Amino acid sequence: MANRIRSPSQETPANIFNLSLPELARMAKKLRRHIITMTATAGSGHPGGSLSAADIVSALYFKIMRYDPHNPCWEDRDRFILSKGHAAPVLYAALAESGYFPVEELNTLRKPGSRLQGHADRNLTPGVEMSSGSLGQGLSFATGTALAARLDRRDCRVYVLLSDGECEEGQTWEAALSAVQFKLDNLTAVVDRNRQQLDGWTRDIMDLEPLAEKWRAFGWHTIETNGHNLKQILAALEKAKTVKGKPTVIIAHTIKGKGVSFMENNPDFHGKAPTAEEAERALKELE
Amino acid sequence: MTLAAQSGQNSPAAEASTREAYGRTLIELGRQNRDIVVLDADLSRSTMTEFFAQECPERFFDCGLEEQNMIGIAAGLAAAGKTVFASTFAVFASCRCFDQLRMCLSQPKLNVKIVATHSGISVGEDGTSHHAIEDLALYCSLPGFTVVVPADAIEAVEAVKTAAATPGPFYIRLSRPKTPLVYSEGYRFTLGKAVTLKQGRDATVIATGIMVARALEAAKTLTEQGIDCRVINIHTLNPLDEEAIVRAASETGAIVVAEEHLAQGGLGSRVAPVVAREKPVPMRFVNLKDRYALSASSKELLQKHGLTAEEIARAVKEAIQAKAIPPG
Repeated sequence: MANRIRSPSQETPANIFNLSLPELARMAKKLRRHIITMTATAGSGHPGGSLSAADIVSALYFKIMRYDPHNPCWEDRDRFILSKGHAAPVLYAALAESGYFPVEELNTLRKPGSRLQGHADRNLTPGVEMSSGSLGQGLSFATGTALAARLDRRDCRVYVLLSDGECEEGQTWEAALSAVQFKLDNLTAVVDRNRQQLDGWTRDIMDLEPLAEKWRAFGWHTIETNGHNLKQILAALEKAKTVKGKPTVIIAHTIKGKGVSFMENNPDFHGKAPTAEEAERALKELE
Repeated sequence: MTLAAQSGQNSPAAEASTREAYGRTLIELGRQNRDIVVLDADLSRSTMTEFFAQECPERFFDCGLEEQNMIGIAAGLAAAGKTVFASTFAVFASCRCFDQLRMCLSQPKLNVKIVATHSGISVGEDGTSHHAIEDLALYCSLPGFTVVVPADAIEAVEAVKTAAATPGPFYIRLSRPKTPLVYSEGYRFTLGKAVTLKQGRDATVIATGIMVARALEAAKTLTEQGIDCRVINIHTLNPLDEEAIVRAASETGAIVVAEEHLAQGGLGSRVAPVVAREKPVPMRFVNLKDRYALSASSKELLQKHGLTAEEIARAVKEAIQAKAIPPG
C-alpha cells in the first residue's frame, strides 16, 4: 500500500487510498484477519465488537477520510474517534494497514512495552485521536473536536464510532443534545448496532428501541443502513457530508462477530479471545 | 518568599471575591489569547464566566446541565490546541464527573483548567448537597492534575494566569463568599512553591484557601501569648512543596494543618506522609473531620465546625505540648 500514499492537501480533499468497492471488501476482510490474529496472540481482547465494525472502519480509513499517516498531527485531517474503546483491535488494524505503524506491531497488542494498549491510548499510539475504554464519553470528545474545527474554520470532518450498548450511558445523550444545540454539521456519529452487549442481547439487558426514533427526536439527521454493505455505508457517509445545520448519525445494523461463523451473534466473544484452534478455524473462514 | 512584604498591608476587614477575580481575569486572558475557550454548565452567572461570555461570545459555550459532557467537550477542544477553562460549582466539578476527569483529562494530560467556585462549607445556606468537601481528595488522587487553592482574590488572579500559561490539567478551587485579603497587589505567585507568611520557631501552621487568613489571625493571638508560630500557605496541593514542609518540621518541631475539607484526602493527608517519612514531629489537624454540614450562613458553619482562628490556636498549643512528651 505504501507506494499509493500521497500527501493530502486542501486542493485534493480525498482519501489517500480511495479504494474501490471490491478492494474495500478485501480490506475489511484483512482487518478481520488482523483482529483474530491479534486477540489470539494477546490471549485476551474483544473480537466480537471489533469484527462487527470492520466494514465501517474500512470505509472510513480507505475511502472517506482525509488524513496523512506520515503526519498524524496534520491539523486539517479528518478525525476518527473510537468511543467504543474495546474495539481497539479494529482501529489498530486500520492504522497499521494505512501506514501509521508497521503491521508486525499488531502482534504486540496488550503486551508489556507495547504501544497498543488493551484500550486505545492517545498518548502512545500514532493515529489514535482519543483514549477510550470507559464507555459513553467519545461523543462528548467528538463534539469538542468539531467545535474546535469550526472555531478554526478548518474544512475537516469528525467521525465517532459508538457501540449500541454505550447508548445506555446517559452521557451519550448529553452529548447528543449538545451537538445539535451547537449545530455541528461537521460531525458524523456511527452506531455499531450489533444488538449485543457483554451480558447478552441489548433488548433483554436494556432495550434501546426505537433507537433511530430516539436520535431523530434529539434532532439528529438519522440514517439507518446495513453496516456490512459497503455501498450502503459509503452512501450514508457521503450523504452525511451534505447535511447542513445539524449532525448526522448512521445507525449501522451489524452482526457481532461478523465474518466468523462461530463468533457471529455469540456474546461469548464480546470479551474473550479465540483460542489458537479457534483462531485457525476463523482465519480459514476469512480467506 | 518573604512574608511582611506581601501581607499585613491590608486592613483585617478587607475582603474580595475569588470568583469575581476569576471572571475578570478571564476577560483579560481572552483578549490576549485567541486560543482560550471557556465552558460552563449553566452556572455562568455564579461562576462569573458570564463576563467572558459577554466579551468573547464566539469562544464561550454553555454546556447546560451536562457536567460529564462538558469535560469531554473540553478535552476535545484541548486536543485541538485550545486552552480550555471549564467552570461550575466545586461539588459538580468533582463528584459529578470524576470518571470523565480521569479518562479524558488526567490520563491523556490534556490542557483543561477546571476552575470551580462555591467550594467547601462556606457555600452556606444551600446545604449538604452543595458543600464540596471531598473535591481535593478526588483531584489530588488524579496523577498529573495540578491542584491549586488560592488563599484570596489576589492569589486567585495569579493562579488563573499561571494555569493559562502552563500546559496540562489544572483544578483551581474558589469560594462563594468574599474572603479576607491575605496578599497585596504585586504579589508574585510561584506554582508549587509554598509561601511563608510569618516566620516562627515554636510550631508551624500549614494552611490552604480560606484557612490561611485564619491561620495568620491565630498566629497573631499566639504571639500575644508568647508563642512564636510560623504560618505557611500551601496554595499548590499537587505538586506539593515537600521541602517547605520538611523545613518547617525540622525548624519548628510541630505542625498543624488547616483546611476547609474532610479529614481524608485533603492537605492534611498530603502533608502527613511527608512529615512521617522525613521528619516525624507532633501533628494536629483542623478540618471537617468525617462529617457533613447542614444549612446555615457561611460564618455560622465555619464557627460550628471549628474552622476558626481559635481552633487553630488551640491545635498549635496541643501540638507544642505533644513535643514535650518523649516518644514511647
